[in-house]
Parts: sequence; structure tokens; C-alpha cells
Amino acid sequence: MNTWITLYTLGIGGFLRRVENLKRDVAIISVGSTRFGEHWDKGIKDLVWEAGIQAVEEAGISGRDIQYIVFGNMSGGMFEGQEHVGALVADFLGLNPVPATRVEAACASGGVAFLHGYMAVASGLYDLVVVGGVEKMTDVESVQATEILSAAMDYEWEAYFGATFPGVYALMAMRYMHQYGLKPETLAKVAVKNHYHGSMNPLAHFRNRITVEDVLSSPIVAYPLRRNDCCPVSDGAACVILAPLDEAKKYTDTPVKVEAVAQASDTLSLLERRDICTLDATVYAAEKAFAKAGLERKDIDIVEVHDCFTIAEILALEDLGFCRKGEGFKLYEEGETYVGGKLPVNTDGGLKAGGHAVGATGIKQIVEIVKQLRGEAEGGRQVDGAEVGLAHNVGGSGATAVVTILSRR
Amino acid sequence: MSNSGVPKHWRSMKERYRLLGTYCENCRTSFFPPRKICPKCRRKGKTRQIEFSGRGKVFSYTVINVGSKTFESYTPYIIGLIELEEGPRVMSQIVDCKPEDVYIGMEVEACLRKLFEQGESGIISYGFKFRPVDNSWKEYYKKLLAEKKMKIVQRIS
Repeated sequence: MNTWITLYTLGIGGFLRRVENLKRDVAIISVGSTRFGEHWDKGIKDLVWEAGIQAVEEAGISGRDIQYIVFGNMSGGMFEGQEHVGALVADFLGLNPVPATRVEAACASGGVAFLHGYMAVASGLYDLVVVGGVEKMTDVESVQATEILSAAMDYEWEAYFGATFPGVYALMAMRYMHQYGLKPETLAKVAVKNHYHGSMNPLAHFRNRITVEDVLSSPIVAYPLRRNDCCPVSDGAACVILAPLDEAKKYTDTPVKVEAVAQASDTLSLLERRDICTLDATVYAAEKAFAKAGLERKDIDIVEVHDCFTIAEILALEDLGFCRKGEGFKLYEEGETYVGGKLPVNTDGGLKAGGHAVGATGIKQIVEIVKQLRGEAEGGRQVDGAEVGLAHNVGGSGATAVVTILSRR
Repeated sequence: MSNSGVPKHWRSMKERYRLLGTYCENCRTSFFPPRKICPKCRRKGKTRQIEFSGRGKVFSYTVINVGSKTFESYTPYIIGLIELEEGPRVMSQIVDCKPEDVYIGMEVEACLRKLFEQGESGIISYGFKFRPVDNSWKEYYKKLLAEKKMKIVQRIS
């Protein structure tokens, strides 16, 4: 209740009060995903094909049934020299003349694409919609990748002065440590947990288990963040197919209902934030999503959060409302975020071990939750009796946040 | 970002070189970077340009070991989030001191420095950076010169 009062005093009551009059409920009928990692021998088209065909075959539909395509892609232009990714997807999947749109919201491109696919079905405009994400990142050297990713921040006032993406999250981490007494050892436990989960996921970028010592002895990228605090640069694509809920049973026995999708924006730069240890966009999107779904935090069985850096996972759990500000890291001291714990977080290894192909990440998170809700997560990472899951996708240092709640009700 | 020698629009932005921001007379808040519209009062706001003193405190900082291509040759360098006396925060480099000497709450002041060169023979970009306010930077330079066995030819005043 306190959160609501704070939000109203911030003057965004209107944003939350607005209730969409959607024509119908939406369900996910099938999913597909490539392995995330270094695909030296594959380009954007190959990745899209691999994820797309899995989803289409699983749904048992023909390409002719598809009415609309939305794809998330951050920077095909800067990574590969390839823009116009929407039409490229339709073309290469042999689906012309189906309309196709490319959505860009930095690392939240996938999540925002999902929102747009959801709107297309919920409004009644289209029935069968393919939503996906793709990114090919390993064809450039790492300094160049750092430069391209820094375009997700405020270029004029951050990157221009030498700030990098890890640098901006390091500024949040330093302040958080100063304010709340977080230790680098606890931060390391986030990466250890994600690698443990990644080791059970055949699609993960990294499948090795690591220890706290491994993290603390890895080279510093931007103090206090070390290499093992940062997610990798990956190639990958992921895809889901949406249909109206009341028709979903035609395609699958296990449709997953989209309870809510909510998106919010915040300042592009870190320097203008109200509090640099809070991602306000996440707070707003979460409040809105929970209100729309009519659910409480305790109803959530499994969470996929945007852990581009270890500190981001701790901030996300706090901002989503699972614990109070400044207390998120205590969950890691007690090991509650493992499969089998009170709140399993990033069961596919998250961005850290699962991989981060920026435009595809938001969809990859949804694919994992669908697998968990269907009881199909392999390798021993299945959460028993998971019924409701939440995915949290962030763009930049928090300028865009998308929160999606899915259930098997 | 771009390596071409073409002049960019921001070359004429005074805010790059002097700490110029926006002040809203309606809600009495200062903003940096400058804005066309006050995000609090929106069209009811009355904005005008303001020049900040350049003094502030370190709100948070980090040491960048892996830089982007443009800044690769400058690593390791310190990036700070500076809270100005007037309220707004600025992100920039902290110079004239060692990474281990920086702490949250340290008093700093703005100075004009070279930021980077565009490409190998490109235009030099200038902008503000921050340095410790307590004159310790003079000591820092003396030590640096001594280490390199160089002498001060022109006195730093």
C-alpha cells in the first residue's frame, strides 16, 4: 500500500489507474529458441530460421496461418551492417507478404516486441502472431561491442565522457555498497547461482559451474564489477507464437495465458535518476502488471530477471517488490533464489550464464517461463508445481522496463 | 562513436565546455543536462539557462578497466557521478588523482580537458572533467613528473 502512496505522490497515478479494455485474452501456444552463445557459422537469418521453425512446428501450423510478425533487434546495423530486420525475417522464413515489424528498445527490444504482439492479438487485429528476437553480436571485437552497447545509454552525456555500460552499472553498485553495506562476495553469489542453473540448461551460453573465488579472482571490468559479474555477448534467437486464449486449445494441450504485460520509461541517463539504486521504470511496470493480473507477489512461483550485471539482479528483485530496498542481497546470503528455494530466480542461467543476445533476451526469458509452467524444463532445473511466472526485461541502464506475467491457469 | 572528420552538431553546444543547465523558475529546480521543457511542471514551467559553479561532491565512482574503442587507450580511468552544489548530477571523468584516492563524498571541481580524438587524424573533442578541490592534484603532478624524471618547465599556478 505504501508503494501506491509513493507512486501517487510522484504524480503517475494516471498511468497506473488506466485499465486497458482489451477485447480478449491471449495465450502462448508454442516456443522456440536457439542455443545462446558463439555461433561462428551462423548469421541473423540462420538464427531466426532455427528458432522460428521450432515454434511453427511445435504449434503444428502452416506458415500461411501466420498473420503478423514482430521481432526485437537492438542493432543489426551496427553489429552486422543489417537493418530492416522485420522484412528480413518475413522474407527468410518464406512468409511474404505477411506484415513484419522490427522493434528496438536496446536490451528490452524482445520484451517490447512481446508487448506489441500481445496488443495485436488482444485488440482483435490479428489471430496468430509470431513474436521473436534476434541478435548476432560476436562478429565484432569486444571493444567495438562495448561501444555499440553504450549507445543504449545517453550518448551525449554519458558515453561521450567515457562511461561504458558496465561502468554505469558499476556506479549503481558502488552507491548500493556504500548505502546498504553489500559485499563483493555476496554480489559474486548471484553469478555462482546463475552458472549453477546454466549448467542444467542445454541452451545456455555457459554450462560450467563457478565458485565465489572464481568470480573474485576474475579481472576487473569496471570496479567493483569483475568479468564474472558481467553477462557475455551472445548470438541467439528466440520465438513464441501467440493466439487468442479461447482458440489456443486448438493448437496445444498446454497453452500458457498472458496475464499481463506492462512497460514503463525512465530517464535515458543515470545522472538524472531520482535514486540511482532504483530502476523506477521497473517499479512502475511491476505495479501495473500486478494490478492488471490481479495477483500478489507471493503468487509468483518463478522469476526471470534482467541480470546483465550481478548488481542488476539484486536491484530487480527489490524493484519488482519481492523484498524491500536494501534487502535484496540477503536472499543470496540464504540461497533462497536457487531451484528448490523460496523464490527461484533465472532458472535458465539468466543473462549471466544463459547468455545475452540483446534483442532476443526478452523472448528467451518468456520461453524459459513457458517451459517451466508446462513442466518441461530439462536437466533438473524444473521448479515443482510452477503455476505463475514473471519475466522482467530492461533496456539500457533502466530507461525501459517490461514486466510480463504468465500463468498456466 | 563516429570516426569521420565531419563536424557534429554538438560542436556548437556550449554545455559541453561550460557547465550550463536549465533552471525552472516555477518549481525552482535545476536540471542537467539542459532541457527544453521542465519535466515536473511541463508547459507551466518557466525555464532559463543557468551556469553551475562546477563544484560538487562524488556521489558514486568506478574505475573503467575495459573501455570502448574510443577510450581504449586511456584505461584505467575513473568515471564519477558528481552531485553539483546546485543539485543536479553530472557524469564525467575524475582526473589528477589516483583511483585509490577517490572516495564517495570527495569534493571536486570542474576543469576543461581533452576527451578523445575522432579517429587517427580526426578532430579533438573537449569537455569537462573533475579534479580534487583540495589542491592535492598539484602534488599528484609533482610525483608523476618525478616518476618520469621530468622537470616542471612552466609552473602550475
